[in-house]
Amino acid sequence: MANMAQAIRMALHYGEKNLGLEHVFGEDVGPPLGGVFTASQGIECAWNSPLDERGIVGAAIGLGLSGVRAVAEIQFCDYIYNTIDLLKLGGMMTWTSNGDWNCGVTIMTPVGAGIRGSIYHSHSFDAMMTHIPGWKIVMPSTPLDAYGLLLSCMKDPNPTMFLKPKALLRVEGEEQIPGEPPLTPEGKKELRERIDAPLGDRSKWKPKWPNLIDASIPFSQAKITRSGSHVTVVTYGRHVLISNQVADEVRRDHGIEVEVIDLRTLWPYDWATVSGSIRKTKRVIFVNEDTEVTNFGEHLYRRAIEEFFYELEARPRLLAGAFVPGIGLADPLEAASVPQASDISRAIVEITAERA
Amino acid sequence: MAKSTAAKVKFTLPEAKLKLIFNHMVKSRVLEERLIRMYKQSDGYFWIGGPGEEAFAIPLGLQLKKGEGLDYDYLHLHYRAGGILTAMGAEPIGFIRQMKNVASDPFSGGRNFANHASIKKWNVLPITSTIETQYATAIGTGIAQTRKNCTGITIVNGGDAGTAEGEFASCLVWSSRPALPLPILMIAANNSFGISTPAATQHGEKNIADRAAPFGIKNRIINGNDVEESYYAVKEALDYVRTERKPYFLEVKVSRLYGHSSASGANFVAHEEDCLAKFEAQLIEAGVLSEKEAKETRENYTAEFLEMAKQVKVEPMPDPSTIYDNTYWQQKGKYF
Repeated sequence: MANMAQAIRMALHYGEKNLGLEHVFGEDVGPPLGGVFTASQGIECAWNSPLDERGIVGAAIGLGLSGVRAVAEIQFCDYIYNTIDLLKLGGMMTWTSNGDWNCGVTIMTPVGAGIRGSIYHSHSFDAMMTHIPGWKIVMPSTPLDAYGLLLSCMKDPNPTMFLKPKALLRVEGEEQIPGEPPLTPEGKKELRERIDAPLGDRSKWKPKWPNLIDASIPFSQAKITRSGSHVTVVTYGRHVLISNQVADEVRRDHGIEVEVIDLRTLWPYDWATVSGSIRKTKRVIFVNEDTEVTNFGEHLYRRAIEEFFYELEARPRLLAGAFVPGIGLADPLEAASVPQASDISRAIVEITAERA
Repeated sequence: MAKSTAAKVKFTLPEAKLKLIFNHMVKSRVLEERLIRMYKQSDGYFWIGGPGEEAFAIPLGLQLKKGEGLDYDYLHLHYRAGGILTAMGAEPIGFIRQMKNVASDPFSGGRNFANHASIKKWNVLPITSTIETQYATAIGTGIAQTRKNCTGITIVNGGDAGTAEGEFASCLVWSSRPALPLPILMIAANNSFGISTPAATQHGEKNIADRAAPFGIKNRIINGNDVEESYYAVKEALDYVRTERKPYFLEVKVSRLYGHSSASGANFVAHEEDCLAKFEAQLIEAGVLSEKEAKETRENYTAEFLEMAKQVKVEPMPDPSTIYDNTYWQQKGKYF
C-alpha cells in the first residue's frame, strides 16, 4: 500500500544498498526535506545541490560517463527546459563516440497537471523528451511499477529519464512491492512509521527500511491494465488510472469493452503489445496530457495509420493537452487544458459507433 | 613557417624537454595544416582546430596523468585541443581519418567534425561543437573524483567566448561549493574572438580570471604564447588541484592563427604572434636547436602526414546501414 513517493524512496534505498548508487542529488533532494515530494527522504547518499538545472544535468552526465552511478532530480519538469542541449548531449555520447563511451545515469522529474500547479508546476515533458534519441524514458502509473522501473533505470548503462506523474505520487498502490508490509491498514501504518520522516526536527531520524528485494521491470514492456475487444486505449502516467476508470464505466453503461495499455516505457516502446491490440480491436485512441502539436501520441498515431490503414474500422483519435503555453490555475482552465475522463469516455463511445 | 627573430632566452627547462616540446609543437601545427589542406582539397567538409595554441597545449598534454578511470585525469576539451592530444600521444592518422570522415575514424566513425576527438582509454570525453557544455559535465567527473584516495583530477578547457554561457558560471559555483570543493582545473584559452566578434565588444570584465576570485578560486593569467611560462603555470595549477583537491582557474592568452574555422577561410593570420616561430627562433638563438634540425622536423612531418592523407583518401566511407548503431550501449541495427 505504499504510495509512489514511498516506492521511489524504497527503490533508491535498494539502489544505494545493492546497485552501487552513490549519489542522489538535486534541489532540496537531501536532508532535511528529502525532495519536494519526499521521494528521496532518508536516502543516505542524497544531497542538496545549487539551484542550477544545467549544473545538475551536466554533473549527472559527468558522473555517468565516469561510471559512478547517480540519480539526479529536476524539481519540476517545467525547469528542465533550459537543459535541453545537455539532455541531447547525454543521449549522444555513445552514438557520437561510435560506441566508445556510455553514460549510465538517471534523471527523474515530476511531470503533468492534476495538483493545481499553475503555469510552472504542471507541464508535461514526454513530447519533448521523446524527441531526444539515446535515452530510455519511463513513466510509471503505479507504485510497484515506479519501484521496478526505477531499479531498471539504475542498472542500465544508458541515460534514463524517469518521469514521475506528480498527481500520482500520493496515490497508494494496490499491488505489494516485494518486501513492503502487508497491504492492510496496519501495514500502511507500519510503512509510514518506518520510512516517512517526522515533522519538525529530523536531525536524529533514521528510516527503518523494509527488507526489499529486486523487482525490476524490464524496459519496453507495456502492461494491459484492462482487457477488451472493442477499442484500444494507449496511454501512460496518470491517464492510465483515468482510462481504467473510464473503461470500467463504459463497460457497465454501454457494454463497450476497452483494452487499456499502459505503455510504461515511452522509449523504446513496446510496439508489439500496442500493435497486437490494434489488430484485435481495429480501433485505437492515444491519450496523454502533453500539448497536442508534435505530441508523442502523434508519432504512435502515424505508425498505427501506416501499418494498419486498411485494417482499421475507425479513424484513430489523439486526446492530448491543449496547445497553449501553460496550464491555467483555475479549475475550469486546468480541466480545459488536459484530457478529462469525460473526454476519454466520449471518444470511446464515438469511435466504437463509427463504421469503416 | 613564418620567420621570427628572438632575443636570447635563458631557458630553465632541460634541453631534452625543450626539444620534445618543440617536436610536438611542429607535429601538431603540421597536422593542423594538413587538415586545412584536406579541407581546401575537398577531402573534408569542415575544419576547426587550434593552430596557435601549441605553446600552451603541448606543455599541458605532457603533464597530464593519462589513463582510464577515476585515478587518471578526465579531459573535457573543446575543438582546439589537438595539441594537447598530440602531446599525449594521439595518432595523427586518427585526426586525418576524422577529417575525411571515413569509417576508420577512431573518434566517431565518420560521424563528427575534425578535431572532435573521443578517447576513452585516456579519459578524453567526446568533444562537441557546443562551446560550453564541457564546463557542466566536468562537474560530474569532478564529483566522482572526490572519492577517498582518488588521485585523478578533472581538466576542462574552452575559449573566451564560451565563458559567456551559463555552464561556465555553473562550474565556478559547483567547483567551489563549501560542501564539496572539486578537483577541477578550469582553463579559458583567450584568443580575443568569438568567431568574428571581438571579445572586447561583448565582455566588460577586465579579465576572465577575475570571475574566479569571488568564489575563492585560485587563478592566474598567463601568456600562452610562451612555452616555459605555460609549462610552469600548468605545473603549478596541476600540482595545486592534485594536492589540494580544490579548483584552479587559468586564463591563457593565445593566438588564433588560422581564424575561427574553415568558415572564415582558414588562412594564416600573419599579424598575430606565432608561438611556434617564436619558440623555434629562441631555441636556435639559445643553441638548443639548429636551423637544419628545425627544417627537417617540419619536412619530415609534412611528408609523413601527406602519405597518411593519401592512404586515408581511399579508405571506405561508413556503411549507411550502421546509422542506428550505438544509439544505445553495444546496440547494433535499428531497434524500434
